[in-house]
Amino acid sequence: MDLLKRQSSVFQLNGKLKAVILIGGPHVGTRFRPLSLELPQPLFPIAGSPWLQHHIEAIVKHPDVREILLIGFYNQSQQMSRFVDDMQRKYGIPIRYLQEYAPLGTAGGIYHFRDQILRGNPRAFFVFNSDVCCDFPVWEMAQFHSNVTGGNGYVILGTEANEQQALSYGCIVEEPSTHKVLHYVEKPETFVSNIINAGGYIFSPDIFQHLTRAFTANYENELIHDAARDSIDLHSSVLTPLAGNGDGGKLYVYKMNSGFWTQVKNAGHAIYANRLYLSLFKERHPEYLATNTPGGHEIYGAVRIHPSAQIDSSAVLGPNVYVGAGVVIGAGARVREAIVLDRAVIQEHSCVLHSIVGWDCVLGAWSRIEGYPSDLNPNDPVAKITSESLFNLDGRLNPSITILGQGVSVHSELIVLNTVVLPHKELTSSYKNQIIL
Amino acid sequence: MVYRPCGKNMQSSACLLHSVFNCLSLTAGPLGLAREILEKDAEPFFVLNSDVICSYPFKKMLELHHSHGKEGTIVVTKVEEPSKYGVVVYNPTSGQIDRFVEKPKIFVSNKINAGIYIFSPTVLKRIQVKFMSLEKEVFPFMAQDGQLFAFDLEGFWMDIGQPKDFLRGMALYLSHVRQTSPERLAEGDSFVGNVLVDPSAKIGQGCRIGPSVVIGPNVIIEDGVCLSSSTVLRGARICSHAWVQSSIIGWQSVVGKWVRMESVSVLGEDVIIQDELYVNGARILPHKNITVSSPDPQIIM
Repeated sequence: MDLLKRQSSVFQLNGKLKAVILIGGPHVGTRFRPLSLELPQPLFPIAGSPWLQHHIEAIVKHPDVREILLIGFYNQSQQMSRFVDDMQRKYGIPIRYLQEYAPLGTAGGIYHFRDQILRGNPRAFFVFNSDVCCDFPVWEMAQFHSNVTGGNGYVILGTEANEQQALSYGCIVEEPSTHKVLHYVEKPETFVSNIINAGGYIFSPDIFQHLTRAFTANYENELIHDAARDSIDLHSSVLTPLAGNGDGGKLYVYKMNSGFWTQVKNAGHAIYANRLYLSLFKERHPEYLATNTPGGHEIYGAVRIHPSAQIDSSAVLGPNVYVGAGVVIGAGARVREAIVLDRAVIQEHSCVLHSIVGWDCVLGAWSRIEGYPSDLNPNDPVAKITSESLFNLDGRLNPSITILGQGVSVHSELIVLNTVVLPHKELTSSYKNQIIL
Repeated sequence: MVYRPCGKNMQSSACLLHSVFNCLSLTAGPLGLAREILEKDAEPFFVLNSDVICSYPFKKMLELHHSHGKEGTIVVTKVEEPSKYGVVVYNPTSGQIDRFVEKPKIFVSNKINAGIYIFSPTVLKRIQVKFMSLEKEVFPFMAQDGQLFAFDLEGFWMDIGQPKDFLRGMALYLSHVRQTSPERLAEGDSFVGNVLVDPSAKIGQGCRIGPSVVIGPNVIIEDGVCLSSSTVLRGARICSHAWVQSSIIGWQSVVGKWVRMESVSVLGEDVIIQDELYVNGARILPHKNITVSSPDPQIIM
């Protein structure tokens, strides 16, 4: 569907769909440092596409979706408006960024921009958290919403987790025959259910009556500070009250039947997300992925290379590598499980494993940039990535990927292992298990 | 090792004696075993501990030994911390040894026994075939009798019993080779500093080898390898783009592509390090196939 067709129909989308993506703000991005110092987290390239593009691409697959609203409180920046323009052009759908005046929590932004969301009378709207990474089952959710809830319910996208990891997420107890949500609790201390909130929803417009109730309750509660009154937490103020009580039980869970799902809370998870989206490209966009050509560099598994990157024919890449624009990779270099951002230079014989190499970095010959893999237990099909904190109880850096911020240079023959390097550092000796400020 | 110069000026062929001792017999016992051979004539013989390295000035030792005409001459070398060793007290002009002092707390001398000796066969009467220490049970009595002289070693000396010291000793020996017979050292674009390469070894393109590297017979160094301060023993292979520093690669071992080895990593015989691993200060026993990185020093059995 082209842009004109979708745009002309934006004011007559009676009975159509909209989508909201909650993109958060720079306060959340702190967990994504040092990369978020240069770029808002939702625009960070995962598998070579800006993070949010994966959401948008999944959403536009449903032809009824007539508008996408990004809600967050990143400042309107050139980067953001360029991204929005690019996406509108590429996918032919109106996309707008609505900036919150303050962090409004997971539902405050939805409530604040209710008129924008409801304009044109959509029959329902999707809400996606930007910090999850999966093959969003947009079609299936819409269908579930029409068929199972009769087109007027509220649906949470659920996914399965193991008993221990479920405790770090919103847990959903389902009535198996009707898929109604009997109970909802955010991050319980003890096991409640192994179905977790996967960060996606489809709501009928009358969800706003519940948001209004939560909003009013905030204002009636004298214990809440003025500045925080407009902030609404979707989980505790809306989902938990809706679960298994009166209101005709309109809250449902749609369980993703298969496929990957992960939350991306910090930069360390980006390599994992990179791998997941690259593997998705094998089916959806094989044209994005590099192939072995006679006399060319060697490729293993899923590798995406920007056409402007220059790669020596003796380099070996993959699996699960993205190489950005203008990157130069020298003779005999090895890159595996990594994101190499635009204009970085990797000199001959260097080895980059489980790492993110920032924009404009220069890695000397025979240098080794290595992180620890954040792999899941291969014997547990529903294992999720754990969001460990940066440091362990001894104050040492937890094993994680290595991240080089923008413009870092690493001298020849050094090793940088399990280390986060802030932008524009020049490393003249090896580093292990450190944060270099 | 006992080394016996046949003929007065060491030009004729020398005899190597290798006595296999059945039990731990310290330093003097093996000499007792070799008594028959050593007593054949009155010619002096050398005794060397094999865990030290130096420039081996045999000819000068022999000259000194002949000049004093006594039972034994031991090589002494200067050390920075004599309190760690047994030191030798001797007359600086005559060279005659007065006494030995074990780990002196107060400075008496900075010269220690370097583990290299020359003896006349008459010394054998002091030695029995049993568990016996030259240093403790023979030398002090020889010194008492005025039969022991010191030979002051010029140049380097290193105890190479530990891998770290082995690599330092190797570097010292290579710079000695540079001074005495530079034609033995490798020359070319791939080589930096003092590098000794066996003629049967193969070296790939685009490598940077050295300083202080010894490459043994039938070793294969593939393209783009960076190697420094290391010894690669017979038949080993270092695969492309590997980076190896301060390590000893055992006989027939294989170091995979893009492997990084450093901080005195030691591979026993026939060890395989899989591609792209990081090996930091690991001591790896023979016949191991290493499939995961070892980022912290450890012994892999």
